[in-house]
Amino acid sequence: MKFAWLDFSSKTSEVPGGMAYHSFLLEPITCHAWNKDRSQIALCPNNHDVHIYKKDGAKWTKVQELKEHNGQVTGIDWAPDSNRIVTCGTDRNAYVWTLKGAQWKPTLVILRINRAARCVKWSPKENKFAVGSGSRLISICYFEQENDWWVCKHIKKPIRSTVLSLDWHPNNVLLAAGSCDFKCRIFSAYIKEVEEKPGPTSWGSKMPFGEMLFESSSTTGWVHSVSFSGSGNRVAWTAHDSMIAVADGEKTATISSFVSDSLPLLCVTFITENSLVAAGHDCYPALFVYDAGKGSIAFGGKLDVPKQSAQRGVSARERFQNMDKKATSEREEATLDTLHKNSISQVSILEGGKSKCTKFCTTGMDGGMAIWEIKVRWNYSIDTVSHFTFYCTFQGKRSLINHALDSNRL
Amino acid sequence: MSKNTVSDRFRKVDVDEYDENKFVDEEEGGENQLGPDEAEVDSLIRQGNLMGALQAVLKNPPINTKNQNVKDRAEGLVLKVLSSFKSGDIEKAVQSLDKNDVDLLMKYIYKGFEKPSENSSAVLLQWHEKALSAGGVGSIVRVLTARKTV
Repeated sequence: MKFAWLDFSSKTSEVPGGMAYHSFLLEPITCHAWNKDRSQIALCPNNHDVHIYKKDGAKWTKVQELKEHNGQVTGIDWAPDSNRIVTCGTDRNAYVWTLKGAQWKPTLVILRINRAARCVKWSPKENKFAVGSGSRLISICYFEQENDWWVCKHIKKPIRSTVLSLDWHPNNVLLAAGSCDFKCRIFSAYIKEVEEKPGPTSWGSKMPFGEMLFESSSTTGWVHSVSFSGSGNRVAWTAHDSMIAVADGEKTATISSFVSDSLPLLCVTFITENSLVAAGHDCYPALFVYDAGKGSIAFGGKLDVPKQSAQRGVSARERFQNMDKKATSEREEATLDTLHKNSISQVSILEGGKSKCTKFCTTGMDGGMAIWEIKVRWNYSIDTVSHFTFYCTFQGKRSLINHALDSNRL
Repeated sequence: MSKNTVSDRFRKVDVDEYDENKFVDEEEGGENQLGPDEAEVDSLIRQGNLMGALQAVLKNPPINTKNQNVKDRAEGLVLKVLSSFKSGDIEKAVQSLDKNDVDLLMKYIYKGFEKPSENSSAVLLQWHEKALSAGGVGSIVRVLTARKTV
């Protein structure tokens, strides 16, 4: 697959990936979601609409514009099996879209919130979805057959600020929520109308609706993103104080955190049970490895295309000028040498799931989407990854990004 | 451009002021925090043990206390230690600190920038450069996001 610039210049121009658009300006991709076979992507180009693009050989063609929201669409999720799309926006609404023929038709869901909705996720069984909002609560929505209507229940206590991110546990009941009150929490979103009582998990066995099973100790940053691991036994989150943390349910919810040198990370996902990919304001995805034995997280490396251009030398005059103006004699790059030219706001798994991810996708505020492949060599005897090799396809050329990262060395 | 002549005071109204669910910072008992030990630090400076003085002045940061005097005294003491270093020794000193201490040093540096005194900013800028290469922009982000600081 190619690196596709979803770039809409007002003039017709060739952009990497061989597409030419001439409708409107370059816009950040607010959020995106993929369909089951990854042939279509739904995204919000920083406005009130959702655009659906279909893969057409090496190009992407827009197949439909979903226009219903009166405010920016802040979250999109595409249920793979039932093929329904749920969107939520700053207009305090959510819509469930179903395909009727070739057209997507919306159904309004009353969330009963008085602030913007910020994130939405279908549950694994796709019989419920959760919406986080600025109303400091989570709306759990399910379909009531008798009334042919989506209803919602609220999880309120003890959330004290906007819920920025959500992720479901594979048991369809537990929900991790990251919030602006600096905490990551796990709640039960058990709805007796649509499911059986869940069995015990590593986070607890009593799960009535709204019960909080875990709450992180305070960091000092808004929790931007949360992710359960594939098994659901671990939860990871990133916070605005440049911190990434993992809580291990199998170790009485002990928290390991990693204090980073770089700018805050906005999105995170597990790619194996022990490894995470996170990205944010530094514009490149980074690998982190969790060591359950040591209870620590290590930085596994920056994942990005290698520097293409050779740097020319700095003249003596330039050195003097730089010393005078900036108190440093090094020439600073004015352009980013990362693939994404602006912050990465969302990462999604394309293939392999959260346990053995082989492909993931990033979208960002530069309006670009990149697809990253992972070649993994498993050490089956100890069930950990012994070697990671990352590739990124860019302009048709597949480049090796990181040499094998031996997790023993980390 | 036309000036909006209608009052915009409504923008300063806190709509959540009377909400019982309003977020309040956790109160962590800071009454007993006294800041770094002035006597210890002074004696280490006199002995010429600047590395030791740096370690000592980064202990017991008055983060949780509401007493502004304690905070001012701590900041003054830190500035004294930082100013006693020769420029060439700063880098080694910063390398000897662990991650938490680098973050704390960054907090003191920015606090020092807030109230510049004679030559303090020049000294702090040198320390800032070295602390930045040790702690990265992440340490500055943590200065900005800290809800309770020195």
